Amino acid sequence: MRNPLLFALPIIAVAPWLLPPFYVTLANYVALASIVVLGLILLGGAGGLMSFGQAAFVGIGAYATGYLTLNYGASPWLALLVGLAVTAAMALLLGVLTLRLTGHYLPIGTLAWGISFYYVFANLPGFGGHDGLSGIPAISAFGYDLDGKTTFFYLNWVVVVLAMVSISNILDSRIGRAIRSGGRATPMAEAMGVNTTGVGLTIFIFSALLACLSGWLYAHFLHFVNPTAFNLTISIEYFFMAVIGGLSSIWGAIIGAAFYIVSKQWLQTLIPALTGRVGHFDVIIFGFVVMFMLHYARQGLAPSILGLFGKRAHFHHSVAEAERLPQRERAEPVTEMLKIENARKNFGGLAAVDDISFNVKAGEIVALIGPNGAGKTTMFNLITGVLPMTSGVVSFRGKRIDNMHSREVLRLGIARTFQHTLLRPHLTVLENVALGAHTRGSTGLIKAALRLDRREEAQLLYEAKVQLERVGLAHHSNTLADSLPLGQQRLVEIARALASDPHLLLLDEPAAGLRYEEKVVLAKLCRELRAEGVTLLLVEHDMEFVMNLVDRVVVMDFGVKIAEGTPEAVQADPAVIEAYLGGVNE
Amino acid sequence: MIALEAKDLKVGYGKADVLDGVNVKVDEGAIVSLVGPNGAGKTTLLLALTGLLPARGTVSYFGEPMANVSVEDRVARGLCLVPERRELFGDLSVSDNLELGGFSRWMRGERQLRESLEEVFERFPRLRERQDKDASTLSGGERQMLALGRALMAAPRLLLLDEPSLGLAPLIVREIFHIISRLRDNGVSLLVVEQNARAALEVSDYAYVLENGRVSMEGAASDLIDNPRVIDTYLGRRQAY
Amino acid sequence: MDFQIFFFLLEDGIANGAIYALLAVTMVLVFTTTRILFVAQGEFVTFSALTFASLQIGLVPQIIWLLGLLAVIAAAIEIYRAVSDKDFKSIPGTVGLYLVAPFAVIALTIWIAPLGAPMLVQAAVSVAIVTLLGPLVYRIAFQPVSSGSVRLLFVIAIALHFVFQGFGLLFFGAEGFRVDPMIDASFEVGSLIIKAQAILIVGTLALFTALLYVFFGYTIPGKALRATAVNRVGARIVGIKPDLAGKLAFLLTAFIGGVSGVLIVSSTTIYYDSGLLIGLKSVLGAISGGMVSYPAAIIGSIGVGILEGFGAFWASAFTEAIVFSAFIPVLLWLSLRSTPNEEGHEL
Repeated sequence: MRNPLLFALPIIAVAPWLLPPFYVTLANYVALASIVVLGLILLGGAGGLMSFGQAAFVGIGAYATGYLTLNYGASPWLALLVGLAVTAAMALLLGVLTLRLTGHYLPIGTLAWGISFYYVFANLPGFGGHDGLSGIPAISAFGYDLDGKTTFFYLNWVVVVLAMVSISNILDSRIGRAIRSGGRATPMAEAMGVNTTGVGLTIFIFSALLACLSGWLYAHFLHFVNPTAFNLTISIEYFFMAVIGGLSSIWGAIIGAAFYIVSKQWLQTLIPALTGRVGHFDVIIFGFVVMFMLHYARQGLAPSILGLFGKRAHFHHSVAEAERLPQRERAEPVTEMLKIENARKNFGGLAAVDDISFNVKAGEIVALIGPNGAGKTTMFNLITGVLPMTSGVVSFRGKRIDNMHSREVLRLGIARTFQHTLLRPHLTVLENVALGAHTRGSTGLIKAALRLDRREEAQLLYEAKVQLERVGLAHHSNTLADSLPLGQQRLVEIARALASDPHLLLLDEPAAGLRYEEKVVLAKLCRELRAEGVTLLLVEHDMEFVMNLVDRVVVMDFGVKIAEGTPEAVQADPAVIEAYLGGVNE
Repeated sequence: MIALEAKDLKVGYGKADVLDGVNVKVDEGAIVSLVGPNGAGKTTLLLALTGLLPARGTVSYFGEPMANVSVEDRVARGLCLVPERRELFGDLSVSDNLELGGFSRWMRGERQLRESLEEVFERFPRLRERQDKDASTLSGGERQMLALGRALMAAPRLLLLDEPSLGLAPLIVREIFHIISRLRDNGVSLLVVEQNARAALEVSDYAYVLENGRVSMEGAASDLIDNPRVIDTYLGRRQAY
Repeated sequence: MDFQIFFFLLEDGIANGAIYALLAVTMVLVFTTTRILFVAQGEFVTFSALTFASLQIGLVPQIIWLLGLLAVIAAAIEIYRAVSDKDFKSIPGTVGLYLVAPFAVIALTIWIAPLGAPMLVQAAVSVAIVTLLGPLVYRIAFQPVSSGSVRLLFVIAIALHFVFQGFGLLFFGAEGFRVDPMIDASFEVGSLIIKAQAILIVGTLALFTALLYVFFGYTIPGKALRATAVNRVGARIVGIKPDLAGKLAFLLTAFIGGVSGVLIVSSTTIYYDSGLLIGLKSVLGAISGGMVSYPAAIIGSIGVGILEGFGAFWASAFTEAIVFSAFIPVLLWLSLRSTPNEEGHEL
């Protein structure tokens, strides 16, 4: 992260003296747009959310300061605070309404908001109608007026650099890992204790505040605002800048904004000169460029440009030893860890889990087996609160946990892995594991932005590293998760679950897709965990693996428990043989 | 004639291979079953054969290479799948589901779908009774009949059946396997994936045992049916960890 | 407000709402079959409206060059694909499919434009041009990424809106157009006046609703579209190609958009950039039904039309703001109905 920034700072320092005046103005526009696009990249590239209403937030910042300074002689600084407060309230309302819904409602909601904003400000008395407000005073600080394009050049770019540094700090933190686990991975992130709706709301508000700040700067730079600068088209243009620059990197904001604004300027002078016709040619061309990029270069321009600097696309951590996070007391080996009484789950008229009872003692390894469709994974989902139970009781260490939210279940000490590994492909292995320790930390967005989270962060990463060492993958800490083979991804999932310091570990088909040697490693790890006092419940189809590892087996078929006992007893049980081999003869 | 032949088929999700060089062959007019423990790659193999999953290796269907042939065009040529999840059109009626089974024939300009519909209703009288009900209201056994009937509407030459007995009561399982052997008598070749190994082997001519993405045993179905190694494969009594 | 004004506003609102309803139905159709939230649908409406208006004043609508351009691009893509798959046999058919109809319509347009043809012929040609744009747009813009996320498809729809709006200005200029009503008559019922054009619009909605009902309920292509919407994998294994379904959905959408355009331009002045607002109002109608229910989409859209009519009466400057603020209660209602993370954030 430091590398290209250090390269950019001297350029920023000398640019106003080297560039022709017109380009200094353009560079100011690039900076103002970059601030907005940075918010979109935080939102979209990392969090998997989209907004088409950012220009309206820019408008709030601009109109708040224009209106208050002109009509009430208020200080621009006070007006900035008012603008930020109004923006936060508006973003909160939009976010609360749309973020609980599926993907397409936030962009639609923000589109509608963007349109409403334009018509309101173009018609509201006191805001100058379509002509807008002019004569907005300069910002003064410490007795100096901040005015003129060179001064603003520095002011704007300082804000850009600060925004970049804070976003980059946020992304490389506890909350940042949660943000980067948004989008498709929501159920996994929730199971790791992340409140995904809350995280989405936080970054949506943060991005809106950045847009508002850009609007405030814009109003004092131009001394003038009118509603066309904040209409829907402009919001779409901000989004296109993010797509062209690339949502995968914060540098995409500057690259996209610079490419868009400079080439738009050229197109608007060049094409009419060539064709002799007036029209929105730039709009047609940018529309095609965005479509083309989404078809063939979804990563945008940033990765290839950053490649010139040899910059890594992901965070690289060298983890130092740190104080261990506080650990739970392990229970005595006979204590009842998990108790399931008459659990039932109906889907429509079908009982996927039909009156199942069993328990798991502390320090045991228990396997839940059965043919396909027997209801094993459903049982896991009932225990971890992913699905509500129809009836029955699940208690964990004497406390009822049925119908508790999955985040709560995790906090009590039940961690799980998934049948289809759910690692975040673009996070490193270490970051994926650290996500498991999410609930053991507490710092939020603002502390992360200001780097006040370092002590806790060091502990979380150290915890992740310890768990990775335990599964034998510490040397892959800084590898991207999706470049590991499936077998190792399963081990990473186990490390991630262990990072939450669970009493009870639920493993859903841990041996599926593993090679023989990998199964040997996995079996050894399970035995070590049992020796440390961790209790294991696993769903597994690989009978050889199960029968040699576990203390007890529970067999399900058609949602019903058909057998329970030691591996040997179960293997000899006629009902089990019948369930597995079937047959149509009596 | 060989209805279907797959050579050195490999399928990988990410880095690990779920199928690791599988060779299978179905003779025309034969029932071949594919048995083996869960997670061995049986469903993956069927998905690869229909083209729903990209695979390496070669698949030929009645001598024709299938490399550049889409799922839909394979269906049009009579290579049809009855998937494990049935994939019915829940909001459409039973007869609409069946009618759409003949979609590829309709696209070719064939208009005698009515007759085929009658044949399916004769084969599955239960479906005629429920023809106006939405597919989502059917019971498990009826769904399986509908899935099978829908595939038959495409006039298949080779049917790939994934777990036809899954979730069905023993009486219905027997009925389904009875229908499967009658289909063979009508000249349809079948490749059946089945956990219910005995039921499948009883009606099959030939069988493959799939284990960890590879064919670990193959032979005449009658030879495999009582082979203790097959039983051990299912119950995990072979290797220690 | 007296009853006459109330009735006048209601009538106007219902007529506008009926147009939104037609479009909302196509939004739901396209979304369920292709997962595309097609916000550029409004541009099909403006293209058709402005083409119709151009033909009425005897001009050759330049949009035919866009049709020609897209037809050539689509044919080129198909030929490239066929050559790289060594599938040479399919080339003549492809060329025929992608080029013959568009260029026939282009030739027809050039021929009839100066003739002052009957209004119905001009309307039919306008609708034909826009209808052919539908599948071409799907082929070029969406088919290459048809398995992409809802998010990706939505951004492409937005980019298309940009492109269309740019072409709209290029072809039709910044001036607005409005044509005489197709049937310039009105009936008096007691003290109330009912405009024939309003009856025509509502009648069209009723007719199309009936036609779509028959199409989806009783024809194989209609059932195939429903099947694709319900279960894509299921559709593929009976031989329904999702891309064919996509093209069919776009053909229908563009056709209904075209018809709406011809109808709307006689009651509202249409500018090159009117499309987005029209499109978004029908999205508002469509999301009232959660993007899946046709009846709810129709009722929601008529509600939008009525709200717009009364909004224009009470606070005309704020009409659009009022209409789009209606998103808030709609979203609130949807949000309260949903279980959090029920389907995850499929993006």
